[in-house]
Amino acid sequence: MALAKLKSDTTEARLAGVTLPTGAAWANAARADAMARVREMGLPTKRDEYWKYTDPTTLTDAAAGKAALFHNDEAALFDAVDRVRVVFVDGVFDAEASDDLAAEGLEIERLADAMAADIHWAKDIYGVLEARGQKPVPRTLAALNTAMATDGVVIRATAKAAKPVNLIYLHRDETSDAVLHNLVKVEAGAEVTLLETGPAAARFSKLLEVDVADGGTFHHVRAQGRDHERRAVTHCFARIAAESTFKSFTLTFNGVLTRNECVLEIIGDDATAHVAGICVGDGKDFHHDDTVFITHDAVNCESRQVFKKVLRNGATGVFQGKILVKEGAQKTDGYQISQSLLLDDDSQFLAKPELEIYADDVACSHGSTSGAIDETALFYLRSRGVSHDDARNLLTLSFLAEALEEIADESLAEDLRDRLEGWLARHR
Amino acid sequence: MLEIKGLEVKLEEEDKQILKGVDLKIEPGMVHAIMGPNGSGKSTLSYVLSGRDGYEVTGGSATLEGNDLLDMEPEERAALGLFLAFQYPVEIPGVGNMTFLRTAVNAQRKARGEEELSAADFLKEVRAKAKSLKIDADMLKRPVNVGFSGGEKKRNEILQMAMLEPKMCILDETDSGLDVDAMKLVSEGVNALRSEGRSFLVITHYQRLLDHIKPDIVHIMADGRIVKSGGPELALEVENNGYADILAEVA
Repeated sequence: MALAKLKSDTTEARLAGVTLPTGAAWANAARADAMARVREMGLPTKRDEYWKYTDPTTLTDAAAGKAALFHNDEAALFDAVDRVRVVFVDGVFDAEASDDLAAEGLEIERLADAMAADIHWAKDIYGVLEARGQKPVPRTLAALNTAMATDGVVIRATAKAAKPVNLIYLHRDETSDAVLHNLVKVEAGAEVTLLETGPAAARFSKLLEVDVADGGTFHHVRAQGRDHERRAVTHCFARIAAESTFKSFTLTFNGVLTRNECVLEIIGDDATAHVAGICVGDGKDFHHDDTVFITHDAVNCESRQVFKKVLRNGATGVFQGKILVKEGAQKTDGYQISQSLLLDDDSQFLAKPELEIYADDVACSHGSTSGAIDETALFYLRSRGVSHDDARNLLTLSFLAEALEEIADESLAEDLRDRLEGWLARHR
Repeated sequence: MLEIKGLEVKLEEEDKQILKGVDLKIEPGMVHAIMGPNGSGKSTLSYVLSGRDGYEVTGGSATLEGNDLLDMEPEERAALGLFLAFQYPVEIPGVGNMTFLRTAVNAQRKARGEEELSAADFLKEVRAKAKSLKIDADMLKRPVNVGFSGGEKKRNEILQMAMLEPKMCILDETDSGLDVDAMKLVSEGVNALRSEGRSFLVITHYQRLLDHIKPDIVHIMADGRIVKSGGPELALEVENNGYADILAEVA
């Protein structure tokens, strides 16, 4: 079948029966525009260049698959952190379980309320950053999210936020199919930390649009839940202005399919954009894909991509990372590293690093490696009395350290490190 | 303490015999030194005793206080009281030196059925021992051996030895890469650990380390065997005349 026909069939099959939610006029227009983008670009198939390593079928099917709930007795992540908790159960806001949507320096609203208002700042961001991120690589599942989403939060940071906002995604229904769309607007000089935790649903489409104004700071730390059968496609689109900072870190445990796309556009001079991730997977059903696209369109900016994957028993990891340095984006400092630790011969890591540079005074480096545990280091630890499994786990944490160090807040990093230790201890 | 009888070892991956019948007996509290030219099998002996992969024992035995070492995992040998100070200590990024030390100490205690050391007790002990080796708080906090100078790495090995309190310490070319001052500091660290119940096997090319760590008995190893044993004067003989004379004499 020709690719165009395959794509349009896939798209129409998915859209059959979908009706767009309604709200204020601008919101209706944003959704209609997004739907037009979906039809124009078509949903992805395995024959698309950027889906070569990850089969999108279960993400584009009309019906979501089933995912068993994962029960564990661990305390909720970041429990000791003073934060504004915003709880969603299977993709639906739960007011009762959530804190008051308020903190000094922040305005927090439900997406549905913002989209019902005739005049709202969300108009300039909702679907706008997503649309900007559709070229040169189409991300049709993101456009579909913009068209369909009814829930989520919109956050405006007007100063240094008194506490972080934690979006908590609970999964209670084995067949839930959740769509969430969140916006963050960081005003000039303001600062906010967004935490996201939990598996969310059997199938989860989540989109985050972040607009960081001059001198703003956005920190993002996310831990995707441990449910083994869950599927997720997430997108982050950010526009990063002068002298601002954007830092995003994602930890992924388990899941049959996770595709995390991060599309960053640096538009102001002297800005910093870091995106990092760790995934740990055990078993041939584990498939994790990080796809990153960073565009430098300003002078003297720094970007970093640090991705580490621990794969065992036939797990698969994918990394597609691109740095695009536009004409005139001089003094760009771009760094990209993607590494996998393969704990057996059956696991695989597929990496596609890309650099595209149109400026002549830049420093861009990239590297990608796959390797096993270092036998000499293993012997060194064992010769000190550390058991084989503990030594292997210590060396695994050692391998992951560079990515964990990307988290600016040490107590958050420590929480995630504890989770990793727990996971490693269970997967011997 | 340590008794090695007719130990024969070949490389696992190729048909190359490295040790061709090593006999060695070290009594408690004694310091033995093994000297010998490159390729004589000195380092192989230390690795085989501590349980590194890649070697196949084709004959003989090695026991520590009567326990058969060769059948044990490296961590079991460590728990029994064997310690190898590495010629090239390994860098482990992302794992703090202190975390590593505490993990090792408690793993051994656990393996011996002892209680784990409390965080406070551990800290107190490690600080005191680090101080005598001139290891500062920063070195303790840094990742294991990462960015350490040659001397710092070797001092860190001795700190591990001091914390783990082994019965049988093997020092594999601990003097390599050390300047005079560092060698003095490391030697003082080792000498402080000498006791009636603790034995040492010091492997070295050069006599100079043995000026600082005075051995009771010196062995010369060549071509996979111990070819001559004697008192400390044997080391001086090597220093003055090289190995050629001794090897010619025993040939």
